[in-house]
Amino acid sequence: MTDHASILDERLMLSPSVSLRPEPFGALAYHFGNRRLTFLKRPELVEVVSALDGRRTVREVLEGCGIPEGQWSAYDATIERLRGADMLQVATLAAVSG
Amino acid sequence: MAERPTGGTLIQQFEYGLDAPICLTWELTYACNLSCAHCLSSSGKRDPRELTTAQAEAVIDELQAMKVFYVNIGGGEPTIRPDFWHLLDYAVEHQVGVKFSTNGSQITPERAARIAATDYVDVQVSLDGATAEVNDPLRGVGSYATAIRALDNLFEAGFKDAKVSVVVTRQNVHQLDDFKRIASERGATLRLTRLRPSGRGVDVWDEMHPTAEQQRDLYNWLLREGEKVLTGDSFFHLAAFGEPLPGLNLCGAGRVVCLIDPIGDVYACPFAIHDRFKAGNILDDGGFATVWRESELFTELRSPQSGGACTSCSAFDACRGGCLAAKFFTGLPLDGPDPECVKGHSDLALMDPDRLAPAASQDHSRGSVHKPVSACDENPLSGLTFIPLEALSASR
Ligand code: SF4
Ligand code: SF4
Repeated sequence: MTDHASILDERLMLSPSVSLRPEPFGALAYHFGNRRLTFLKRPELVEVVSALDGRRTVREVLEGCGIPEGQWSAYDATIERLRGADMLQVATLAAVSG
Repeated sequence: MAERPTGGTLIQQFEYGLDAPICLTWELTYACNLSCAHCLSSSGKRDPRELTTAQAEAVIDELQAMKVFYVNIGGGEPTIRPDFWHLLDYAVEHQVGVKFSTNGSQITPERAARIAATDYVDVQVSLDGATAEVNDPLRGVGSYATAIRALDNLFEAGFKDAKVSVVVTRQNVHQLDDFKRIASERGATLRLTRLRPSGRGVDVWDEMHPTAEQQRDLYNWLLREGEKVLTGDSFFHLAAFGEPLPGLNLCGAGRVVCLIDPIGDVYACPFAIHDRFKAGNILDDGGFATVWRESELFTELRSPQSGGACTSCSAFDACRGGCLAAKFFTGLPLDGPDPECVKGHSDLALMDPDRLAPAASQDHSRGSVHKPVSACDENPLSGLTFIPLEALSASR
């Protein structure tokens, strides 16, 4: 399995330290732990990020949001960066149950 | 209001403003136990109209509803307010992070331990000389020792990454390496900001702002240090020397930056405390969100900058004419060059005997003020950009 395939199969969610705020152009995300601000410039990306709930895989979320498969690799790279910055996390069981 | 473009760069989007500020400063009180010569808010005495605890809590509730991530609390000396620690806890409980600026006088080992226990609080200790000899004439006798003690207490309590906040002046610019050492020895980060002619800074700016030669040295030093030293985008006027400095290089006043003062007046920027830049009052004008979103002043500020006399300058893209507040308080045209224009384009205007600096509209000084002895990048990958919070102008 390539890395490329693996992130699509991850069940990711917004890190508990992150707050997401809608803005006219997309959204801002702020991480209280590392004090970094992230600028999500596309409404479609905001929709995907907000839909990541830790229950469905990234692939399922992209499908659910109607993102054409041709664009998945771009999302894949972006989501990887968001995870690298701890904006997104792999869901833990405790965080998704209940 | 100017029509917002779709897409475009981050800076273009920021020019049209945001639904809530990113960099909000809230000065809790004008009361201060020190009386620094260059205080940007002319602090000293408490204003009797200061917001009550309940009113301050209501502000925090509103910030939470607007999803303001983070507020920079200053003053005056904010820790002097008897409800300061309560308001700090209240903000954290309501998911509003706090960075507070202090002279350090209240940062006991016990307080330091409490502060170290949460992710949501950041502390910035002000120091204006790397030695007592440089610092104390400006900030008051004993203030150097107080600040160092506070930093030591934070370090020993395990607080990570406090900020040592230094306003760069003619008197301390030669101590930059020493400041950096003071910070790193205590696990802290150095944060340099520009001396702006605001508040009491107006009176001392002529004698205290770095000379043209010092500006060049400062620029080189900042280039060398890169992101290891924080600047809050303070020095983007220096980008006109050639290389861009880390940061957004944008005047964020009223766009991403603003100030709430102790009585609830809202200004475009903490360095622009003057009626000309007052957007409204949170008690009289329907709350902070209404002032932020609807005030006439902020609407006016949220359109692309016109460069005036700067437009023809080769460095305009980097420097954008510099700091609005610095121009205003030195009596220069708002759409012309910064008073510290590195190309010297404001030198003539500054020498003009008829130049009229605006009269202060606020002063809470106690009367005896220390006179100095001698005197906010774009990576458009899938529309995703990471910005260190420090990249924003006036994030004091
Ligand atoms: S450039 Fe000056 S006026 Fe503009 S936000 Fe920064 S400090 Fe305030
Ligand atoms: S003329 Fe204006 S844009 Fe050019 S360096 Fe001076 S302040 Fe900056």
